[in-house]
Amino acid sequence: MEETRLILNNNTNYNPVCAKEYAKNGGYEALKKAVQMTPEDIINTLKESGLRGRGGAGFPMGLKISFVYKTPSDQKYVVCNADEGEPGTNKDRVIFETVPHSVIEGMIISGLACGADKGIIYLRWEYPQVNELLTKALESARKNGYLGKNILGSNHNFDIEIYIGAGAYVCGEETALLESIEGKRGEARFKPPFPGVVGLWGKPTLINNVETLANVPLILTNGPAWFKKFGTEKCPGTKLFTLCGNVNKPGVYEFPMGVNLKDLFAFGGEVKKGKLQAVQLGGVSGSIINAEQLDVKMDPETLASKGLTLGSGAVLFIDDSEDMIDLLENIMEFFVHESCGKCTPCREGNMRLLELIRKFKDHSATLEDIDTMMDLSETMICASLCGLGQASPTAIVTTIRNMKKVFTDRIKEEQNNG
Amino acid sequence: MVKLTIDGQQVEVKEGSTILDATKKLNIWIPTLCHHPDQAVKANCRMCVVDVEGQRVLQPSCAFPVTEGMVVHTHSQKVRSARSNILELILAHHNQDCLHCPRNENCELRIIAEKMGFNKKLRFPLHIKEGMDTSSPSIVRDLSKCINCGRCEYACNEIQTVFAITKENRSFDTLYTTPFGMDLASSPCINCGQCVQACPVGALTIHDDTEKVWQAIDSDKLVVAQVAPAVRITLAEALGEEPGSISTGRLVTAMKQLGIDVVFDTDFTADLTIMEEGTELLGRINNGGVLPMITSCSPGWIKFCETYYPDHLANLSTCKSPQAMFGALLKTYYANKIGKKPQDIYSVSIMPCTAKKYEANRPELGRDGYADIDVVLTVQELAKMIKSAGINYKDLPDTQFDDPFGLGTGAGEIFGATGGVMEAALRSVYEIVTGEELKNLDFTEVRGFEGIKEATVPVGNLNVKVAVAHGLGNARKLMDAVRAKQVDYHFIEIMACPGGCIGGGGNPIKNWEKMAKRLKAVYEEDKNLPRRKSHENPAVSELYKQFLGEPNGHKSHELLHTHYFNRSDILK
Repeated sequence: MEETRLILNNNTNYNPVCAKEYAKNGGYEALKKAVQMTPEDIINTLKESGLRGRGGAGFPMGLKISFVYKTPSDQKYVVCNADEGEPGTNKDRVIFETVPHSVIEGMIISGLACGADKGIIYLRWEYPQVNELLTKALESARKNGYLGKNILGSNHNFDIEIYIGAGAYVCGEETALLESIEGKRGEARFKPPFPGVVGLWGKPTLINNVETLANVPLILTNGPAWFKKFGTEKCPGTKLFTLCGNVNKPGVYEFPMGVNLKDLFAFGGEVKKGKLQAVQLGGVSGSIINAEQLDVKMDPETLASKGLTLGSGAVLFIDDSEDMIDLLENIMEFFVHESCGKCTPCREGNMRLLELIRKFKDHSATLEDIDTMMDLSETMICASLCGLGQASPTAIVTTIRNMKKVFTDRIKEEQNNG
Repeated sequence: MVKLTIDGQQVEVKEGSTILDATKKLNIWIPTLCHHPDQAVKANCRMCVVDVEGQRVLQPSCAFPVTEGMVVHTHSQKVRSARSNILELILAHHNQDCLHCPRNENCELRIIAEKMGFNKKLRFPLHIKEGMDTSSPSIVRDLSKCINCGRCEYACNEIQTVFAITKENRSFDTLYTTPFGMDLASSPCINCGQCVQACPVGALTIHDDTEKVWQAIDSDKLVVAQVAPAVRITLAEALGEEPGSISTGRLVTAMKQLGIDVVFDTDFTADLTIMEEGTELLGRINNGGVLPMITSCSPGWIKFCETYYPDHLANLSTCKSPQAMFGALLKTYYANKIGKKPQDIYSVSIMPCTAKKYEANRPELGRDGYADIDVVLTVQELAKMIKSAGINYKDLPDTQFDDPFGLGTGAGEIFGATGGVMEAALRSVYEIVTGEELKNLDFTEVRGFEGIKEATVPVGNLNVKVAVAHGLGNARKLMDAVRAKQVDYHFIEIMACPGGCIGGGGNPIKNWEKMAKRLKAVYEEDKNLPRRKSHENPAVSELYKQFLGEPNGHKSHELLHTHYFNRSDILK
C-alpha cells in the first residue's frame, strides 16, 4: 500500500518556510482565487467538499465557518488549534515542518470567508522548533503580500500571530484554549454559547485543527469534486495517521479516510517482537481493541458504529510483551495529572479510576470493582463538562468491553478460586 | 416565550431561561451546588444534570438554555445514576464531621444527600484535604470541607473584587485558597464574609467567639452590649422566622435572659456619627478640605481602601465607625459615670458584620492598654447562643434598650441599608445649614439595590453632589472614577457588603430575594420611630452638653475620630 499525499507535499526539495518557493510549487493559488470570491462562495465550496474537522470531533468545516460568518461583530478571529497534546500524535508538527504555508493559507482563506482579519496560532509549548519555523514562514508570507494589509492587492486584511501555550493538555479543548489565550486558567467553558458566536474576548471565533486548515487550500485549488474522490462518502479527503508504539516503522503517514487498520498495521511493518496484543485508536483518550478486531475501516462512521473513535489519528500498536494494566495505569495517571479540576466527574472520577486500576495491579481488586469502573465511567462520559472528562474513561471502558480477561486475571485470588 | 416539556408536563418560560428556571416554575426540585441565585452560571458541580432529548450527553440544567419544543427528563435512570455518582464522588472527598459542623443545620450538601435519599456505603476510600486556617479574627477556612463549587471565589473576586481567593493546583488537588497559600490574615481579605455567605457547606464559617461571651457573663465583669441597626432586622430570621421580621424588643429581652447586664443601641452612635461626620463634611466644604469625603462606617471598606486605594486615605472621614465610637464612650464616659474601672467593663458588640471583629482588634481603637471592644458577635453567633440557652425567641416579650445610650432615631436605624448613612446625613445637614425644616425626609434616589446611586441635593446655596456604592466591586468602579478625577462629588457613602449592613457576612445566609424583605423592614422601622433625624436625638444632645462639648471638638477628636494606614504592602 502506498501513501496518498495531498497535504504532505511529495516535493521536499524546497525550503518550507519560504512563501515564494511554496508559491512556485502551486501554493497560494487558492488564496488568489479566494480574494476574488464572495464569502458565501468560499463557504459553499467548503460545504460542498464535505470537509470535516480533523481534531477529533469531525464537525463539518463549512457549517462551522457559516456560523461565524452569520454572527455580526466588529471583530472576529480565526484560531488555529496547534496544541497537539494528544499523546502519540505528531501530525500537526509534521504538517508545520513540511508545509507550514498551507496552514497559513488555510487560515487566511477562512478569515476571508467568515469576516475575520486576525488569526492566532495556538502552538503547544513543547514545539519550540515549530515556533521558530512558523515565525519565519509568517514573516515570509507578510513580505510577499499574502499577509497583512491589502492581501494580494485586494482590500482584504489578515494577519496571524503565534500564541505559545503553557503545557496543559486541556488547552487543546477549544474553549479552554480560548481561556488560555485570554490569560486565564486553562478550563473549559460551558457551551452554548459556542465559540462561533461568543469566542475569544467574547467575539465570534473560528477554531480549527491544523490538519483541517491545511485541507482548505487544496479544496479551493482543485475543487470539491476532486476532494471527494478521496476518502469515504461521509468523510472525504485524507487523514494523517501517527503510527506509534511497538511498531517497526513508526511515523506520520497520509492515507485516504477509511483506510483499513490492518493495512496500516502491515504498512507499519507489524510489531517488533512477539504478537500484536491490542491497538489504541486516537491517542490516550481513544478506544482499545484486541488483535482480532484489526479488520476495520478508519473513518468516523465505521468506527462509531463499532463504538470506537478516530480521534486525532494516533494509532498505538501494543505487542503481547506489554502489561495492559500498566498501560491503563499510565493512561489514568496522565488524566489525573491533566484534568483541570473544574467539574466534579472529571476532577474526582479520574483519581478514583486510577485507584481502581491500581487495585488490579496489586491483585486486590474484586469483580465488583469492574462494575464500579463501568458505572463511574458512564457518569464521567455523560456528565463531565468537556471532552477531557468525557473521553478519559474510554481506554478502561473499551478494554473491559474488548479484553475483559485483562481484569478478571487480576482479581483477588480467593475470589478467583471461589 | 418558549414552550417545552419537562417530565411530561408542559411549561412556558421566557426566552433565555435555563432548564432550571423552567423546573422551578413546575415546582420540580433539582439538586444544585455551584449554582447560586445571585451569581453567574458556573456549571461545574454537575449535580443538576438532566436528560435533554437529542443531546448526546446529560446537560447541566443551571446553564442549559431552553428551546422551543425541548423535551427534558429530570429523573431518568441515566440522570439518577449520574447524580448519585457525582454526590458519592463529592462525599468521598469531603470531611464528614457533620454532627459537629457549624453548618450542620443548613449545609446544602447534607440537605441534597438527604433529599436524594442517598444512603449507600461509599465505594471509594475517603480522602480529606488538609488545611484549617483560623488566622483571621473574622473567618475560619476549613479546606477539608471544600467541595470546589467556586461560589466563594465568585463572591470574593467577581462581586467584591478583593482577590483574596484563588484557584490553585489541578485535578484532584484543585483548591480554592488564598494567593500563594498565605494565611487569610496576611492575605488581601478584607473580612467582609461574603464568601461565608456564598459557601454551601462548612468550608467557610464565621470565627466563633461565643465562648468568650459566656465566660464574661460568668465572670464578675459588667457585660455591656451594643446592638447594631441591622441586627434587629435579621436576628429573628437567623432563628427561623421570615426574612424582614423586626424583633427589636425581643432581642433586648433575649440578651438580658442570656445574662448580659446592659444592652445599648448602636443606633445612638449612628446618630452621633451623623453629628460628627456632617460637621466634618461642612468643614471640608467650607474650608477647602479634601473632597469627596467618603464614609468610614464599614470596616470591610476601610481595609479595602487601605489596601487598594491608599492614595485616597485623606478622603476617608476621620470619624470612627458607630461601633468604635460606642466602644470609646463605654470605657471612658460611661465607666466614669457608673463609677467603674474600664477594665471591669466587658464590652460586647452584636453586629451583622464579620469585619467588625477585625475592626475591634485594631490597636488604634483602644487606650491605656485595653481595647474599647472586647468581643464582637455576629447575628449568627448571637442566634446560636439564644438557641443553646433554650430561649424561645418567638414568644419573648419586648424590653427597652437601657439608658443612657438606648435611644436612636430612624436616621440611625437606616444605617443598616445601603444609602442609609447618606440619607441620614442629608436629613441633618440640610436642616443645620438652612435652618429650615425638611419637608420630605425620604431621599429615595439613594435607596435601593442599584450598584452605584447618585443624587444632587440643594442645601442652601450649594448643590451637594453625592454618590452611594455598595458591594466592593461597585466601590472599585466608583473609586476608579474618583482617582481618575472623572467625578466631582462632595460626599460618597461606601458599604463593603452588597445591600449594606443587612447584607453583611454575619447575617443568616442570604440571597437578593431575602435582601429585598430585609430592606423593606429597615425603612418600616425608620417610619415607625418617633424621631427620624439624628440632630433631634435628645440623648445625643445630652452627651454633647455633659461631656463632648461640640461636634468635632477637642473631646470628640480624642475619642470619636481615628486615622488610617497604607496597607498596599499586602499586595506585594
